[in-house]
Amino acid sequence: MTLKGYGGFVVRKITASLIIIFTMISTTFVLFRMMPGDPVKLMFNDPRLGKQDIELMYERFGLNGSLWEQFVAYIRQLLLHGDLGMSFVQLRPVMDVLASRIPQTLLLMLVAIILALLLGIWLGTMAGWRTGSKFDGAVITGALTTYAIPSFCMGIILLLVFAVYLRIFPVGGYSTPVSGLTGFAYFIDVARHLVLPSLSVALWYIGAYVLITRNSIIDVLDQDYITLARAKGLKESVVIRKHGLRNALLPVTTATGMYLAYALGGAVQAEVVFAWPGLGLLLYEAILSRDYPVLQGAFLVMAIVIIGANLVVDLVYGLLDPRIKVGGG
Amino acid sequence: MFKLLKGLQSVKELSKLIIAHKMGITGIVLFAIFGVIAIFAPYLRTVDPMRGGLPVNILQPPSSQFWLGTDNLARDVWSQIVYSTRISLTIGFVAAFVTVSIGTLLGLMAGYFRGKIEEVIMRIVEYFMMLPFLPLMLVSAAVLGQSIWNVVILIGILAWTGTARIIRSQVLSLRERAFVEASRSVGAGDRLLIFGEILPNVVPLIFAQGIVLCTWAIYAEATLAFLGLGDPAVMSWGKMLNLAYSSGYLTRAPWWVIPPIACIVLLILAFTFLGTAVSDIMKPGYREARGL
Repeated sequence: MTLKGYGGFVVRKITASLIIIFTMISTTFVLFRMMPGDPVKLMFNDPRLGKQDIELMYERFGLNGSLWEQFVAYIRQLLLHGDLGMSFVQLRPVMDVLASRIPQTLLLMLVAIILALLLGIWLGTMAGWRTGSKFDGAVITGALTTYAIPSFCMGIILLLVFAVYLRIFPVGGYSTPVSGLTGFAYFIDVARHLVLPSLSVALWYIGAYVLITRNSIIDVLDQDYITLARAKGLKESVVIRKHGLRNALLPVTTATGMYLAYALGGAVQAEVVFAWPGLGLLLYEAILSRDYPVLQGAFLVMAIVIIGANLVVDLVYGLLDPRIKVGGG
Repeated sequence: MFKLLKGLQSVKELSKLIIAHKMGITGIVLFAIFGVIAIFAPYLRTVDPMRGGLPVNILQPPSSQFWLGTDNLARDVWSQIVYSTRISLTIGFVAAFVTVSIGTLLGLMAGYFRGKIEEVIMRIVEYFMMLPFLPLMLVSAAVLGQSIWNVVILIGILAWTGTARIIRSQVLSLRERAFVEASRSVGAGDRLLIFGEILPNVVPLIFAQGIVLCTWAIYAEATLAFLGLGDPAVMSWGKMLNLAYSSGYLTRAPWWVIPPIACIVLLILAFTFLGTAVSDIMKPGYREARGL
C-alpha cells in the first residue's frame, strides 16, 4: 500500500513516531527490571507481614507473574487508563507524582529560555554587526564561557554569591515554607525563589543564543538587500532591526523549538542545586531511592514530548517544503 | 599506511595554525597546566586524597599545612584537587577515544556502503537523538552501577551519534571524488578504499570531533559525579562537590567548593577554546585570509 501526497507523508511520520515510542517503552521497561535489588523486599522488610500481604504488594506494584506478563499488563494499563503504575516510595500513582512536578519545571524553563532569548539575541546581534571589534571579542568570550560552564557549577557559584554572602535571594526551594503568604505576597515569594535557578539555566542558553544569532547575522550581512538598505540611506539601527535581524531569526526560532522540546529534562542540575521541586529533582530523587516506576514514567514523559515536538516540526516542514511532499520522508 | 601519515601531517599543520590563533593558544596553555598537574601529581606535596585525617583537622580553612584546607573528614582538599585532575583528564581522553572510534567506524560504513547498512545506522542515530540526554545518562548510570569504566562506556554508547553523522556526510562526498574512483578502477577493494583513501581525508575532522568529545566527556563525568553517580572509590572534582553538597557544607566551606568548580570550568574552557579555534581554522578561506 502506498499513500501519495501529504496524507501519506503524515501517516508515515506518525507511524514512525509511534514505533519509536513503543521501542522506547519496551527498552526502558526491560532496563528498569534489570536494576539491582527486589524493590518489594527492600521496602517491606517487615517480619510482621504475612506471605499474603507480600503477594498483594507484588500485585499492586505490577510485579507478579513473568516478565512478559508484567510487560503486557504495563502496556494495557498505560493505553487504557493512562496509568504508569505506583510509586514505590510515595505510594501513589506515578501520573499524580509527575503531574505535581511538571508545572514547576515548565515555569523554571520558560522563564530561563525567555530571558536568554531576549538577552542572547540582543548581544548576538550587536556582536555580529561589529565583527572583529573589542565588543565582539568580549561577547564571544563571555558566551563561550557561560556556554562551557556546567549549570550545576553555575548554580553553586550563584548560590554562594547571591544567597550566602549577599543574602539577596533564598538558598533554595519553591517558596518559603509555612510562611502563610497568599496572593501577591506569595507570588513575589515564589519569584524570589525562582531567580537563581532560572538564572543558572538561562546563562547557558544565553551563550547558545549569542553564538547562533551572531553567526546568522554575519551571514545575513553579506546579502545584497542589506547593501541596498544601506544605500537607500536608512539609519543603521533601522537596517539592523528591519532588514538584518528579521532575516537572521530563522535559526534562532529553530533552536528555540528544540530547546522547548527538551525543556522538561533540561533543568536536572539546577533543580538539584536549588532543591527546586520539578521533574528533574524528582528524577534525581527517584534514582537515589531506586523508585523505578517514577524513573520510568519521568523518562517516558520527557521523551514523548521530544518525539512529539520532532513530529510537529517534520509535519510543518513537509507542509512548507514541496520537495519533501513529493519525495517522501 | 603512507596515506594515513599524510593525514596526520595535516593534523601537524593544523596545530601550527592553532598556536597562531588567540583562543587556540589560551586553550593549549590551560590544558598544559592541567597536564603537568596530572602527570606530576605524587610530587606536588600531596597525600592520599581518600584517607581521612585527625579529628582536630576537620574543616580547616587554608593554611601552610593544608594549602586548600580540609573537608569534613579532615582530608586534604589540595591533594583531592590534584588527583582529580588525573581522573578528569583520563576519563576525558579515554571516553573521547572510544566515542570517536565508534562514531568514525559507523560513519565510514554508513557513508561508504550506503543501502541497508546506512539505513540501519542512521535510524539508530535518529533514535538516540530523540532521547533526553542527561536523564538518559542518569538512568543508565543507575542501572549499570557506578564505576569509572561504566562512566566511560556510557559516554561511548550515548555520544557517538554526532560523530557518525558528521563523518558520514563527509564520506558521502569523498566517495564520489576522482581519486577514489581512480583507485577503484585499478581494482582496490573496499577495505583499502575505506582505510587507505577515505580515512586519511577525514583525519582533521576526526581530530576536531575528538576535541569536542573530550569537552563533552569531562562535562558528563563531572555532572554524573556531582549527582552522586560516579565511582565511589575514586575522587573527582564532581564528586568533591557532591560530598560537600550531600554533607550540607556546600554553603559553609568555600575553600572546599570553589577549587573544584574553578578546575571544572577552566578545563572545559580550555577544550572549548581549542575547539573554537579548530572550527575557525577549518572554515574555508581561513588560511587565505591570513596569507598562510
